[in-house]
Amino acid sequence: MSNAVPATAGQDEAGTDSAVAVLLPRATRQEKLLRVVIPIATVLVVVLAWQAIVSINHIPKYILPGPVDVGVAMSTDWPILLPALWVTLQITVSALILALLGGVAIAVLLVQSRWIELAVYPLTVILQVTPIVAIAPLLLIYAPNTQVALLICAFLVAFFPILSNMVQGLKSVDHNLLNLFDLYGASRWQQLIFLKLPAALPYFMAGLKIGGGLALIAAVVAEFAAGSSGAGSGLAFRLLEAQYRLNIPRLFAALLLLSLTGVAIFGVTTLISWLSLRKWHESAVRREN
Amino acid sequence: MTEAAVAEPPARSAPPGGGTVVRLSHVSKVFSNGTLALSDMSLVVVQGEFISLLGPSGCGKSTALRIIAGLGGVSSGTVDWPSSKINAHGLPEGDIGFVFQEPTLMPWATVFGNVFLPLRLRGVSKAIAAPQIMAALGEVGLADFAKAYPRELSGGMKMRVSIARALVTKPKLLLMDEPFAALDEITRQKLNDDVRRLWRNTGVTVIFVTHSVFESAYLSNRIVVMRARPGQVYADMPIVTSGARDALYRASEEYRSICFDVSQTLQDAIHVGGGTH
Repeated sequence: MSNAVPATAGQDEAGTDSAVAVLLPRATRQEKLLRVVIPIATVLVVVLAWQAIVSINHIPKYILPGPVDVGVAMSTDWPILLPALWVTLQITVSALILALLGGVAIAVLLVQSRWIELAVYPLTVILQVTPIVAIAPLLLIYAPNTQVALLICAFLVAFFPILSNMVQGLKSVDHNLLNLFDLYGASRWQQLIFLKLPAALPYFMAGLKIGGGLALIAAVVAEFAAGSSGAGSGLAFRLLEAQYRLNIPRLFAALLLLSLTGVAIFGVTTLISWLSLRKWHESAVRREN
Repeated sequence: MTEAAVAEPPARSAPPGGGTVVRLSHVSKVFSNGTLALSDMSLVVVQGEFISLLGPSGCGKSTALRIIAGLGGVSSGTVDWPSSKINAHGLPEGDIGFVFQEPTLMPWATVFGNVFLPLRLRGVSKAIAAPQIMAALGEVGLADFAKAYPRELSGGMKMRVSIARALVTKPKLLLMDEPFAALDEITRQKLNDDVRRLWRNTGVTVIFVTHSVFESAYLSNRIVVMRARPGQVYADMPIVTSGARDALYRASEEYRSICFDVSQTLQDAIHVGGGTH
């Protein structure tokens, strides 16, 4: 009978199980460089081809402006575009934050009781399947001003994916872990903080990524629907305005700003997701096989 | 405890003829779908014992273990804890450790965080808990892996973490529900030795649910063979050996004959219950 476990008992076993995660060796320098260079080069090629097509065919810029025209419009119209970008960004980000807070809070409330869930469920389905943009005119009537109407609209669109992901996450806790918490006499609160919320984190992150993209789309589409105009308007108004005036380079510039905003939101939400899951979740862990 | 007197040092806190830890009296359990999982099962567990619950699939051995742990009530009969303080849930406060069939670790927490859980739920601060956690990890040979995440561990190592978590509260009773069924044979034997050693060192009472005749004959000093349809105790066999339980014991005639007896009894139990194996 050996009375002592060798200190390396764990290490001995490491090889006996194929489920041992092996972190990939760090990418080589060259690989790292290529990872940055290839996507940039692709974009560059597309832009150059675009410019070439416009120049060679002498396409007038009120039909299709080249990248240079767009660049010029961006710099000359910057004083108009920047405040508009700022408005759209504000609506998007505040809608997303509100959707995150609301989605998580209501999801937590829903999973506390089967009865609450049963009661609220039809409402959530109705609101979810109704095209939110279609209720924008209604919101314009009730909301104190256009900005608030846009905010509500963007919020509603971003809110549901976050809510449904969160409910799903809170419900997919390992049954045995729940038993374990019961065994140790954990309170409801402890169960929520130490078990359900961490277990729901990957689902929350999925909701965040979807919600971030949708919030921007909703902020733009709602502004179209609201037909807001004037100094306090967002990029969507500037898009329409440029279209009416056949100022196509500015239209492209506004479009470019929107897509850069989308990329930035995607980048930030992906980064947040990766930072919070990289240590333990399959989606963020790199494996050798 | 004859074998202890002969070859192994006596378990630390198991007094000779120790008191009753838990007593099941005429316990029956009917599931909501009408299945009779347990019928009139009685069992007295004495402090310091290492009991294996052995039986065919569907004999209710896991159900019995869960009832003892307070996970799911009884349909009739009683579960008593004569020597424990009972909490609001009818469970002995902090006296039970449970090891599931799967390691059941929180993937988002480190090994340290997982073992900390039972203490954390009791409101013990990290600073006070740390020495206990490291001691429990040391017991299972994982002191160097405190900062690792479960996904970085092998199946056997995860199970060790699960055992450390069950032991960190220094429970009176350790319940193990087929903990090593999914492990390869080498790891399983190693963990059997470790569980046996932990049992000796801590004096904890163990109830170990298993399918395996060999595992039960190696580990226990009492094997409760159960039958199916309805699940109840078929035979209660004390396992007394003359020497230490080690590799030599595994190869001995004595072990073989015990395995044979237990196997025969299990066959009879299956025959009586018409159970599948």
